[in-house]
Amino acid sequence: MTEDQFLRVDALTKSFGTNQVVKGVSFGFGKGEFISLLGPSGCGKTTILRMIAGFETPTTGTIRVAGEDITHLRPNQRKLGMVFQAYALFPNLTVGDNIGFGLKVAGMGREERRARVEEMLRLIGLPGFEKRYPYEMSGGQQQRVALARAIAPKPRLLLLDEPLSALDAKIRVSLRGEIRAIQQDLGITTVFVTHDQEEAMSISDRIVVMNAGHIEQMGSAHEIYNRPQTRFVATFVGQLNTLPAATFGPDRAIRPELVSLAPRPETDMTLTGTVADVGFLGSVLRLRVDVEGAPISIDTFNGHAPPPQRGDTVTLHLARKDVLALGA
Amino acid sequence: MKQSKFWAWVIFGLGAAYFIVPLVATFEFSLKMRRGHYSFDSYASVFSDPAFQATFGYSTLVGLFAILVGVLIVVPAVYFVRLRLPHLRPLMEFVTLLPLIIPAIVLVYGYIRLYNSSSLLPFTGSALGTDILLVFGYVTLALPYMYRAVDTGMRTIDIKTLTEAAQIMGASTATIIARIILPNILVAVLSGAFLTFAIVIGEFTIASLLNRPAFGPYLQNVGANRAYEPSALAIISFIITWGAMGMINVLGRFAPRTSARTD
Repeated sequence: MTEDQFLRVDALTKSFGTNQVVKGVSFGFGKGEFISLLGPSGCGKTTILRMIAGFETPTTGTIRVAGEDITHLRPNQRKLGMVFQAYALFPNLTVGDNIGFGLKVAGMGREERRARVEEMLRLIGLPGFEKRYPYEMSGGQQQRVALARAIAPKPRLLLLDEPLSALDAKIRVSLRGEIRAIQQDLGITTVFVTHDQEEAMSISDRIVVMNAGHIEQMGSAHEIYNRPQTRFVATFVGQLNTLPAATFGPDRAIRPELVSLAPRPETDMTLTGTVADVGFLGSVLRLRVDVEGAPISIDTFNGHAPPPQRGDTVTLHLARKDVLALGA
Repeated sequence: MKQSKFWAWVIFGLGAAYFIVPLVATFEFSLKMRRGHYSFDSYASVFSDPAFQATFGYSTLVGLFAILVGVLIVVPAVYFVRLRLPHLRPLMEFVTLLPLIIPAIVLVYGYIRLYNSSSLLPFTGSALGTDILLVFGYVTLALPYMYRAVDTGMRTIDIKTLTEAAQIMGASTATIIARIILPNILVAVLSGAFLTFAIVIGEFTIASLLNRPAFGPYLQNVGANRAYEPSALAIISFIITWGAMGMINVLGRFAPRTSARTD
């Protein structure tokens, strides 16, 4: 098995009636990788995850895990773990029994199970919560229990279906860090579905950007952000300024943080414009500057001399190599 | 404001009286067995009647079997229709309403024609066979209530996601129904069970025409031949039914709570 073959999806399609929601998707990833399927809602990312889990049957194509063709196995034969957006803890069972459910189904003995549940609770930072019921816990705690429940039976693959969407912003950020730390600790191959590009970039080894049922681009967060291959990727991932066509030609763009008010060693061209708006984001200032009728956003660190005012004329510095050519 | 509240109380009082007055009158009459002053003699007479104990015991047993069979049929049926065949729900609703539309007398004549001793399935050929037929008859009579109770119970939990969560951890369908679905709708199932029990305890038509020694025909028999005992029995029946309803309420407090907290 070569490096990128642990999870192998080939020519996968899925139609609901006449509506094809997944249009021939192929990818392969290595053992221990954290992969994000990123895209707007309706792009087919959740359908792909549900086909890997076995809740949907592919119309055509194959899914392999560790070389085994699992395309037509039932979900309970696949030995996978999954965390759902709505937690989906069993309300009638205690936290301990929830985490131990997969172990019990697999026929693990009581003592061994208890030890494993305890280990899992320590791992997610909720030791001593065995006897609680899900309704007695906060959303963040419930989702951590759901994570522990998914990984307790040592699944071959961990599937995360927008697990952070139901949580509020602060918990979302801290929990995604925890998920990533646990994933790296255990070296468990993980597929994470999200529509939040910041979330995907912050925790993934590799990202699959999807749109309208096909893959737009696959690569590390760094590659996706710095070298977007399609217009869709460039605009969906991160902020982007479209540069005035008169100077740069059609379909040229640049990231806000690559434009500065002062020259840098790599900058080799300038633009002149009028400040249209000044936004204060704490450590960062976001200016909107009008250049030849095109609004250009600039992110600059706060703490310099007093910021420019509305109506000031400013000179923008940028490097030609940072200009992105937006393809189709 | 005061005016509207006054009339509300009047309406409430009238409504309450409509139910309470006949009940009080019945109770009062049931205490009059001993001439001249109130006593519980009629109740003592009822409870000491061996036929009361025998028929009540028989109906209780038949009721328990009807509950068991009803749960075994209805819970998996509702589960699979909700999960896999949601477009069949209107049909299911219609079918489960049929027992309310078709009179019990029609049902029992149908049974007797289909399952008589010279038919392919001669249920009525033996006492045990007839008992089994009676149980199935009661399952049918209670179907509208059992179906609705279970269906409401399943609406309150996300059976699709819970099923998927259990499936991906390796659970079989039987395990999922027994360990996840049933415990989470237990209160709904029990309220269906108590309704079934309340129906079975007082049912007359089917038991009488199948000639089984059930409580319903016994009530009828006492009603036709005694003066004070029927009132006592009516009150006892009320208390049993109220007890069943009260149990539904008490059990409701033990319902597993589904959490929607996201803090």
